Amino acid sequence: MSSVMPVRLPVDAQTTRRLRRGVRRMESPIARNTKKRLTSRGATIGALIIAVLWSIPTLGLLVSSFRPAQQVRTTGWWTIFTNTGVTFDNYTTALAAGNSQLNLAGSFINSIAITLPATLIPLMIASLAAYAFAWIDFRGKNVMFIGVFALQIVPIQMALVPLLQFFSGGTIFGFPVVAALNPGSGYSQVWIAHTMFALPLAIYLLHNFVSEIPSEVIEAARVDGAGHGQIFFRIVLPLTMPAIASIAIFQFLWVWNDLLVALIFADGAVAPMTKLLAELSGARGQDWHLLTAGAFLSILVPLIVFFSLQRFFVRGLLAGSTKG
Amino acid sequence: MSAFFSWLAQLPALAQVPIIILAFGVVVGAILFFVEIAPRSGRGYTIIRLAVCVLAPLLILLVANSYTWAIIGAGVLGLGFFYIDYRSRTGAGYLFQLVGFLAPAAILLGIGLVIPTIQTTVQAFMSARGDRFVGLDNFAWIFTQPENVRIVLNTIVWVLIVPTISTIAGLAYAVFIDKSRGEKYFKILVFMPMAISLVGASIIWRFVYTARPADQEQIGLLNQLVVMFGGQPVDFLSVSPFNTLFLIVILIWVQTGFAMVVLSAAIKGVPTEQMEAAELDGTNAWEQFVNVTVPGIRSALVVVLTTISIVSLKVFDIVRTTTAGSNETSVVANEMYTQFKNFEQGRSAAFALVLFLLVLPIVVYNARQIKKQREIR
Repeated sequence: MSSVMPVRLPVDAQTTRRLRRGVRRMESPIARNTKKRLTSRGATIGALIIAVLWSIPTLGLLVSSFRPAQQVRTTGWWTIFTNTGVTFDNYTTALAAGNSQLNLAGSFINSIAITLPATLIPLMIASLAAYAFAWIDFRGKNVMFIGVFALQIVPIQMALVPLLQFFSGGTIFGFPVVAALNPGSGYSQVWIAHTMFALPLAIYLLHNFVSEIPSEVIEAARVDGAGHGQIFFRIVLPLTMPAIASIAIFQFLWVWNDLLVALIFADGAVAPMTKLLAELSGARGQDWHLLTAGAFLSILVPLIVFFSLQRFFVRGLLAGSTKG
Repeated sequence: MSAFFSWLAQLPALAQVPIIILAFGVVVGAILFFVEIAPRSGRGYTIIRLAVCVLAPLLILLVANSYTWAIIGAGVLGLGFFYIDYRSRTGAGYLFQLVGFLAPAAILLGIGLVIPTIQTTVQAFMSARGDRFVGLDNFAWIFTQPENVRIVLNTIVWVLIVPTISTIAGLAYAVFIDKSRGEKYFKILVFMPMAISLVGASIIWRFVYTARPADQEQIGLLNQLVVMFGGQPVDFLSVSPFNTLFLIVILIWVQTGFAMVVLSAAIKGVPTEQMEAAELDGTNAWEQFVNVTVPGIRSALVVVLTTISIVSLKVFDIVRTTTAGSNETSVVANEMYTQFKNFEQGRSAAFALVLFLLVLPIVVYNARQIKKQREIR
């Protein structure tokens, strides 16, 4: 659904080795320097063309969002040098735009309030389960793990409507199971839904990392009298922190950028930015001064995350394959 | 629990974040604590175990708000744990620990994915309100109505074009910039769209496509180019059938970065010896690329193609934000949502099932591909 997700399909051992070697080379400055060579002119031009083509749309959005509304409506953004004028008014207008229940500023807060718990909670649950799959022996472990892995291929579209009915009715196949969530239950539905949908991939990826911890380390702790609870908290969690961090980045971007789950589970006053923007794009589709500023506000947080944590980002993206 | 959420919802939005995370952390901490002390012997620990068997049913009572379930839970816990632990060969507290670690994930996956999937599958064969069995009517409706056939065809067009072009563009770019000066910055430029939401990307591209009447100055880049070359401005997103292609461009723009990063890592992993051997044999750059690089990154290519295929099958945000499925641009995932909004649950479920069936062969193909490669070596 989202624009970002790690490679979730397994690859064979050879590719794993090669991707790992590639990542190492990408990250080591020495290897890069010794292997530097001049590429052909044609390749450079080709690369430049693709790079320019790929950046122009975003550039246009950014430039337009700072131009006065009147100019955005009548002239193209590429005429910025002849029609000068820079303003922040678009941003103030955009933040106040919205529907009767919510404006864009409120939905920005909503996005934060939805995204942070929906990132941390599934990772806590997934790391517990990943530990059990990796280090506790029980009958049917493999079958269960394959089952979790297979759940990744179920499109979340299959689960949306029944889950919504479950939240509002609290019943499964007509049997009452839990108390229904009240209509005024705020973000809880969207938190729970995102947690559920994140689990299969998170458990699978974390299991790969957790099971790579040398068994000597675990056994030494066990000999020293640590139970599963202590081993998990004192050994497994610290050792897998880098992996958890890179999966957390993806989950953060996934939830922040999501539209489908938000459309179904976050209605009215708790809607995130993506939902409000999609709505504005339909209702006020020609108010470009407003849409450009709003869109830039919504991509600002992912871009900050992306630029500050780029290293984790690339490594996390390859996590599914290099840790296969 | 419902009451807790209602109480939480009244607080300021940002105050809810630390509270829910803290509350959740306490639950996980409690689980870990009980798991840790479960197998220890001694009267103190026995009392704590006993306490869990009292507290857990109370918790169920709070969550489920039903005495029946709480009593059942208490029975299962009280009898089950002590009996099985007593008989267990793997050590006291073993099952207790297992349940502590796995139960949260298992319950959420069961309620959130397994049961809903079954329900959707059943619903696909039911009437709009879900009360009457209608057999294959919903599917007959999908595959006989011309506009629905169009939707399925559109989805297939998406899944054929997006993976191919983004993989080719990503591969070309990865090869072009390989070992070049400023490779890192080149990568960032193409990779950046991956961080942007599809809603944001759609707005960016709607702005590129936007059209103004011919007598006014154009503000969309593409129409400006059209006018510059003497053409009439076109409303790109409303002219069927090409509007689907213009939407496809958006996803290609996003996914090329993904293909580029994975393939770039794969290219760097091709052994240098092979490249040098090919060079010694006097091959030119193109021959080297076709005969050494491509076979070397074959399975990375398969991964990229299949991953992007699945993403394009499920594409929803782009269509929803740009056209909402009008002018014959709808796809299966979008129509599933539209039917749900029109209170046509049976048809909505049928579309979801079609989507599932379209995704399935790609995953099966990928799994078999890997198995084959394992057998060869």
